[in-house]
Amino acid sequence: MEHIITPKVEYVKLLNRYPEKKSVLGTLYLTATHLIYVEQTNNTRKETWVLHHHIMSVEKLPLTASGCPLLIRCKTFQLLHLLFQRERDCQDVYQSLLRLFQPVKEEELYAFLYNPHQNEEDRRQGWEFINVANDFSRMGLSNDYWEISHLNKNYEICSTYPSILGLPKNVSVATVTGSAKFRSRGRLPVLSYFHKDTKAAICRCSQPLSGLTSRCVEDEQMLQAISQANSNCPFIYVVDTRPKLNAMANRAAGKGYENEDNYSNIRFQFQGIENIHVMRNSLQKLLEVCSMKSPSMSDYLTGLENSGWLRHIKSVMDAGVFLAKAVCEERASVLVHCSDGWDRTAQVCSLSCILLDPYYRTIKGLMVLIEKEWISFGHKFSHRCGHLDTDPKEVSPVFTQFLECVWQLSEQFPCVFEFNERYLIEIHNQVYACQYGNFIGNCQKERLEMRLHEKTFSLWPHLLKNQHLYRNPLYRRSLECTVLRPSTLPLHFKFWCGMYNYYDRGMHPKQSVLDQLLSLTQKQVEGERTMTELQRVRGVVGVVDFVRVERYLTDMTLSPSHPFTAAGCCRWKRASQTLRFQITLLELNPPSSKSRGIHFLPNGISITLS
Amino acid sequence: MEFAELIKTPRVDGVVLHRPFMPTVEGTLCLTGHHLILSSRQDNTEELWLLHANIDSTEKRFVGSLGTIIVKCKDLRVIQLDIPGMEECLNIASSIEALSTLDSVSLMYPFFYRPLFEVIEDGWQLFVPEEAFKDLESMTDEWRLSEVNKDFSVCPSYPSLLTVPKDIDDESLCKAASFRHGGRFPVLSYYHKKNGMVMMRAAQPLTGTNGRRCKEDEKLINATLCAGKRGYIIDTRTIAVAQQAKARGGGFEQEANYPQWRRIHKAIERSNVLQESLIKLVEACNDQSHSMDRWLSKLEASNWQSNVKEILTTACLAAQCIDREGASVLVHGTEGTDSTLQVTSLAQIILDPACRTIRGFEALIEREWLQAGHPFHQRCAQSAYSNGKPRSEAPVFLLFLDCVWQILRQFPCSFQFNENFLIMLFEHAYASQFSTFLGNSVAERVKLLLSQKTVSLWSWVNRPQELERFLNPLYEPNNLVIWPSVAPQSLLLWEGVFLRWNRSTKCLDEAYQEMAHIIEYNKELQNKVNSLRRQLAQLETEDSPLQTP
Repeated sequence: MEHIITPKVEYVKLLNRYPEKKSVLGTLYLTATHLIYVEQTNNTRKETWVLHHHIMSVEKLPLTASGCPLLIRCKTFQLLHLLFQRERDCQDVYQSLLRLFQPVKEEELYAFLYNPHQNEEDRRQGWEFINVANDFSRMGLSNDYWEISHLNKNYEICSTYPSILGLPKNVSVATVTGSAKFRSRGRLPVLSYFHKDTKAAICRCSQPLSGLTSRCVEDEQMLQAISQANSNCPFIYVVDTRPKLNAMANRAAGKGYENEDNYSNIRFQFQGIENIHVMRNSLQKLLEVCSMKSPSMSDYLTGLENSGWLRHIKSVMDAGVFLAKAVCEERASVLVHCSDGWDRTAQVCSLSCILLDPYYRTIKGLMVLIEKEWISFGHKFSHRCGHLDTDPKEVSPVFTQFLECVWQLSEQFPCVFEFNERYLIEIHNQVYACQYGNFIGNCQKERLEMRLHEKTFSLWPHLLKNQHLYRNPLYRRSLECTVLRPSTLPLHFKFWCGMYNYYDRGMHPKQSVLDQLLSLTQKQVEGERTMTELQRVRGVVGVVDFVRVERYLTDMTLSPSHPFTAAGCCRWKRASQTLRFQITLLELNPPSSKSRGIHFLPNGISITLS
Repeated sequence: MEFAELIKTPRVDGVVLHRPFMPTVEGTLCLTGHHLILSSRQDNTEELWLLHANIDSTEKRFVGSLGTIIVKCKDLRVIQLDIPGMEECLNIASSIEALSTLDSVSLMYPFFYRPLFEVIEDGWQLFVPEEAFKDLESMTDEWRLSEVNKDFSVCPSYPSLLTVPKDIDDESLCKAASFRHGGRFPVLSYYHKKNGMVMMRAAQPLTGTNGRRCKEDEKLINATLCAGKRGYIIDTRTIAVAQQAKARGGGFEQEANYPQWRRIHKAIERSNVLQESLIKLVEACNDQSHSMDRWLSKLEASNWQSNVKEILTTACLAAQCIDREGASVLVHGTEGTDSTLQVTSLAQIILDPACRTIRGFEALIEREWLQAGHPFHQRCAQSAYSNGKPRSEAPVFLLFLDCVWQILRQFPCSFQFNENFLIMLFEHAYASQFSTFLGNSVAERVKLLLSQKTVSLWSWVNRPQELERFLNPLYEPNNLVIWPSVAPQSLLLWEGVFLRWNRSTKCLDEAYQEMAHIIEYNKELQNKVNSLRRQLAQLETEDSPLQTP
């Protein structure tokens, strides 16, 4: 709170993107966690809440005749253009925000304050809800080829890897430690995904410290072991996701890529995904395009092309498709790496998992996948998202690109994902929000040291609770066993307006098919419930058909001799939940005075004879 | 002329057909006067029936004695036929070439086509100007139906009946006609019931370099203004283009002579530029290169999306003047048969909920395109694969459909029809067994005796069996004006047309089926629930006799 110089400023304008729409005056509030802008016109109160952690940059623009403008750009791609009447207010808000939006210490992050009204037990269960070890069992580990290893339980072999690792069966400790020493930051080749049907595996690691000539027997043995774990294919692919030029440059620094001559039976392949710096600049350019004021079609398309964004998305997708094809068509195992194996490698491995395995296309499956390939394998969320005031060169939209690839797939395959676009956008927002502890820290070891499981809550139970919002009404389970084979021709990639222009609601379709279908599925649930209830009631009515009544009357010896041809009528009283039949018998067969009156049948049915 | 003269080899066996995303078919190729047919003579395999009129261009290649003909169609599909035997291949290729470029309208398929269905509702009688005028009369008495053009002499591209201001006599109309390009004097296009404002359309005034004026023309359009009100003239051309037109005798309304009107210039491209744009776009869509930059730069260079944006923006402007500003509007470009009609028809879709129903949309096409004299025959003679010298081909109507699709995408619940309806109209405008889109004007259609000799597209489309395919399951009638966004991010490439043959639609079709199924199931469920409720309510209140078993 000590950073808030001024908690409330009045007469602030929120400038609209479209000049023709009038902006009104409102009040700006700064709280410990949010910036809140309140617009009060007549009877409507409009509030805009922005989490401080969602702010990417705050910029004071040159003074204008109408006031002091402040431009706030958000990591969620929201853009706030505020106009203050007094320079002083603008400066105060600016100063406060600078300190608030990028805290220096981890403890200042929202997650350490936030309590979703859960007790300790809920918290513990919440964190245990997604368990990576369970996913290994789901894949069928341990089996004859792969086993779960606890060699890294103290994070001694690799500090940025999880404590449990999937390794080829019977691989020796010496091989493991030797291989780790030959890999950048000790990130040795380990299992990412085991494809039960083909026995092919996707493994991941970092670049080898091969330099120009170095080799390592243990690393070669490690790859040999991975290859031998799959008898369906005599070779493994080694995929370096970087452009060849980048990989070559690394050789001079003692790193590099595998020499095919040193490893038996590997097929080496570059994929050409650019590094984090290129991606950061590309997004920057894309966002400039998104925030252009009334651009022409040509400005927009040229800007889109020049940003290179879709080209990068395509390069990630191409690599993912390559992996999936190798696994399901060639039945070959694949080892993937980039430089450190925590950005491009995470993108490509997780994307190929989605292509191969329908489980990861479910709401829970995507959580598992993110937890496994991103969080536990040490994608540096804190650095990449710039949670804290650290090196801006570490920030990069690597995870955003992964989410976009999933969205691109969902556009080509509208029925195979259990979730809709909003799920991806919500996850994206939560990654940057730091409201839950999942995406804080850079690796498992760091998170453990921060005691996140004790101090913060997990996002996943929260998402699951709201899953009705994220359902894809078109999801069809019957299609789930198929491997996705997307087209990667450039024209099948679209600009994701729903993400990058999320806050420009005017650009979106004015009627949402998704909303329409979601409300229909909701109605369907209610309709089915009503239907069952009504059928039950009618079932009772149906049971008391004429035959039953007749038999009853016969049993009662009310009409022993004459055929029962009464004209009758029935009445159902909902209020008393009883059924009442009024039977008027033919004159030929008048009921005796004894039998006149009301008779009660089982099931609360009554018969009145008159 | 006998078609047989053009068919040297009517039949070849062992022909292999390749189509993208479909299994190859081997079978017998037959040429008839109007069709190219390939049949495998096996069950379960689809036969190919291709109208010669649908063929835009062909290419042939030879490898040894195996010939290959690549057939590029006006609906943008590209198919490949492998034909054994060089002579056969050459014969087939030359026959296709000749049969697909027949010049005479009376040799077109619609004159030979006999429907296999019973015509219940004759499409020719569906949308007559008298009927539309009756609707208008119920709302206002300020207009009349003029017969000044009954023999098409005042304006050859106008229909015989025209709606004009009541106070303007036929003589004045003739004078105004002589002041407008092609005799297209200002006529009523749309009456906005909500506020009584109108949209008129015309061709450019023939002011020429010396600033000619025409009192009757001025009086004619002023008659549509309420006292003290100003109107807008939307010239679909840039001011520069409009200035240049003066040198050729055309021009635009001078402020001095039309003081009650404010003129706004927009920049909708002329038809020859649009044709170029279509060719470039389709070329880009068929490019199999994996370079993203190349695709985006080709898409940009084609200018197609820019054209869509400009047309929609202009239509929104016209609609805005009418609905928001409460002003009447006159729209024209040069001839008043292309960009003018794009604008007036799209503005009506924005403003008038009736145009978003199937019947209403058909009526709109009939009124604003067919009767308004859009030269379909010229514009749709060739499509994106034409390699001949361009004459007056232009995808003016396709662009209109694209714009409608953009609005439909933004308002998916406001249209009674779906995307398939628009695609079907695109196909039939370029090649059809029906004659609705034949000819360039009402006068030409009358002369060809189309209504006696041929079948109208509407006679077929409006049959319940056919309509089913075109109904939008999400439709919920809405009486509002619908304002589309024209931000570049909001305007997508119309994949249903331009990527139609470049992708497998299996997954998208499944999604559509699933959506329709959800909606259908829900309707049934609600019906069942309601009928159960009714049954029980009846049991509760009335004495209903028991059925004797």
